[in-house]
Amino acid sequence: MAQVEKQQHPSGDNRFKLLDRAITKHQARGDALIEVLHVAQGIFGYLENDLLIYVARALKLPLSRVYGVATFYHFFNLKPNGEHTVVLCMGTACYVKGAEHIQTALEERYHCKFGQTTDDNKVSLITARCVGSCGLAPVAVLDNDVVGKLNPDESIKRVEQLKNTRREVVS
Amino acid sequence: MTQEDLQELSEKELQRQGEKKHRILYCSAAGCVSCGGEKASAALKAKIKEHGLEKECEVVGTGCLGLCGEGPLVKVQTDNTLYQNVDVAAAEQIVESHILKNQKVKANLSDISQPFFAAQTKIVLENCGAIDSESIEEYIAASGYEALAKVLNEMQPAEVIEEIRKSGLRGRGGAGYSTGLKWGIVSKAHGEQKYVVCNADEGDPGAFMDRSVLEGDPHRVLEGMAIAGYAVGATQGYVYCRAEYPLAIERLKLAIKQAEKLGLLGNRIIESQFNFRIDIRIGAGAFVCGEETALLQSIEGKRGNPKPRPPYPSEKGLWGMPTLINNVETFANIAPIIRKGSDWFLKIGTEKSKGTKVFALAGNIRNTGLIEVPMGIPLRTIIFDIGGGTAEGTEFKAAQTGGPSGGCIPAEYLDLPVDYESLLKVGSIMGSGGLIVMDSTSKMVEVAKFFMQFCMDESCGKCIPCRVGTRHIYGLLDKISKKKATQDDMVLLQELCTMVKETSLCGLGQSAPNPVLSTLRFFRKEYDELLQPVEMYMGEPGVEADFEK
Repeated sequence: MAQVEKQQHPSGDNRFKLLDRAITKHQARGDALIEVLHVAQGIFGYLENDLLIYVARALKLPLSRVYGVATFYHFFNLKPNGEHTVVLCMGTACYVKGAEHIQTALEERYHCKFGQTTDDNKVSLITARCVGSCGLAPVAVLDNDVVGKLNPDESIKRVEQLKNTRREVVS
Repeated sequence: MTQEDLQELSEKELQRQGEKKHRILYCSAAGCVSCGGEKASAALKAKIKEHGLEKECEVVGTGCLGLCGEGPLVKVQTDNTLYQNVDVAAAEQIVESHILKNQKVKANLSDISQPFFAAQTKIVLENCGAIDSESIEEYIAASGYEALAKVLNEMQPAEVIEEIRKSGLRGRGGAGYSTGLKWGIVSKAHGEQKYVVCNADEGDPGAFMDRSVLEGDPHRVLEGMAIAGYAVGATQGYVYCRAEYPLAIERLKLAIKQAEKLGLLGNRIIESQFNFRIDIRIGAGAFVCGEETALLQSIEGKRGNPKPRPPYPSEKGLWGMPTLINNVETFANIAPIIRKGSDWFLKIGTEKSKGTKVFALAGNIRNTGLIEVPMGIPLRTIIFDIGGGTAEGTEFKAAQTGGPSGGCIPAEYLDLPVDYESLLKVGSIMGSGGLIVMDSTSKMVEVAKFFMQFCMDESCGKCIPCRVGTRHIYGLLDKISKKKATQDDMVLLQELCTMVKETSLCGLGQSAPNPVLSTLRFFRKEYDELLQPVEMYMGEPGVEADFEK
């Protein structure tokens, strides 16, 4: 029993142990900040303020610098996403092939602008710069699946299907 | 691992491949995976197993096979047959009839004599779609790491630099600076530690060349970096890769591990005195980090704010030490040049632009995908022969190169040879290799607005011309597209573009007005049609724009 207690992270949340491991791997060096934030987001899903404070103290960096980096890069989320994510590619190839129409269609259907999450917390609509599958334009990434050659109707159909599936929790 | 061991490994692998009666390749790059390639390859493997053909038949996942728009692609390497749009049923058919009965599956056959394949020259992509992208043995069998062994055993660092300089290779990231000269500067710079950095932050929307090289042939990039490290005297390398490319990162990690295990990276490489380590740094989604000084800041774990140059990174780069930064494609060219000699490379391309260029062909064009063509090839050949022209019933209007930093090339310049100087002359740039074709349905003001919005969002905010200038240019373009602008706004637009171009700190701001300037130059009519006559305009003065969208 004593052993189990020893293994527990002081905060009571064992996810921090995974984070600590990553920090140790980088020898708690300040220049590994971006790597550590990637790991933290991977574990916790998003970067809340307390988590940023934790990282700042562990890497011995001013919180301003950690917050500055977390807000500078688009990849880091400071707010949690909905149950499902719909990432619509807005790269040049997709734009030329009509991604804008898909954007309007989805926004109208779900009464939610891109960059936000629907009120029922089911779907987050996100735009991406380019997912690199330009040959299949226009492209969207639904959770982790890349879907190509979309049109407005098809995309709504796909998102509806997505809403009805339960997302597997990635351990 | 000695040079002889390398030779032996290569022969062993070739022998192993020779024993197989059939080699079936399936594209395992992102394009084909996202249209059901994994299901097709699983079906292939299951069918092979079902017929007990595992011994004589191998199924191999390779890099990009090129014709991304027709994926998933499967190739029977033994008799060089390419199949397109391979779904599960087609995959089963390929085994049942092609492999077992030697009858090709006609419905899915792709014509490999068509110009899309015939008009290409492959150097960077020679292994993409020919070898297993996750096997170091197959890379070695395809003359991999031969150049590194040659350099370490037979050449002095200065000789390596001279060879690269003689080849006339220019940076493939866009600006086109001589690679040999850059290496020379870094090798002469003083510093106790030097670094080699590979820029794999392919932020240009509509470009996926670097991704395909990293996914299909990661060892080629590592070999190029190691040779560069030897030439300039660096012992540590970094690959800075976008977080949006998880598959490329995974393959790179695997490749580094394999190379370290065989003593091709790490300490005392190929029994020489040369040590070289490579680490991966993952970006976090900032376009500006493709700019070299911003990229270095990001590797140091800071916000990607560019720094004024000079000092150039070749003198004061990562942690203040001399740093060599080259693009993925530049590094991918190094091994073949060393292996085959600079004279061979000099024969390909034009007088000032040597070698080949990889383009990601996309947009309103029939054959979308990844192509590699010799420098100096006319744009017409790329778009109409290789690309197959625009879709039926639409007319070619413009080709966009260089992404948000480049420009649109109109139909009257279709016979332009594609090289660094010619593209610059018409107000575009070579860029990293995105080539987007637009047909008559694209509105050029909207296109300019699209790119300006991109630059506005991606501006890091450090210098005022870029931070505020791009915002106002976007505002003006928005006003024009909503038919609220007058001729006065056009004058202001041009003034602003010139100001941003000439006073911004880094490449992002300096090139941000390019799409606007080039569309103004070639498609002025489309702007003028949207303007209000001066006397009719009764709206409020000043810029009104909807920035929220």
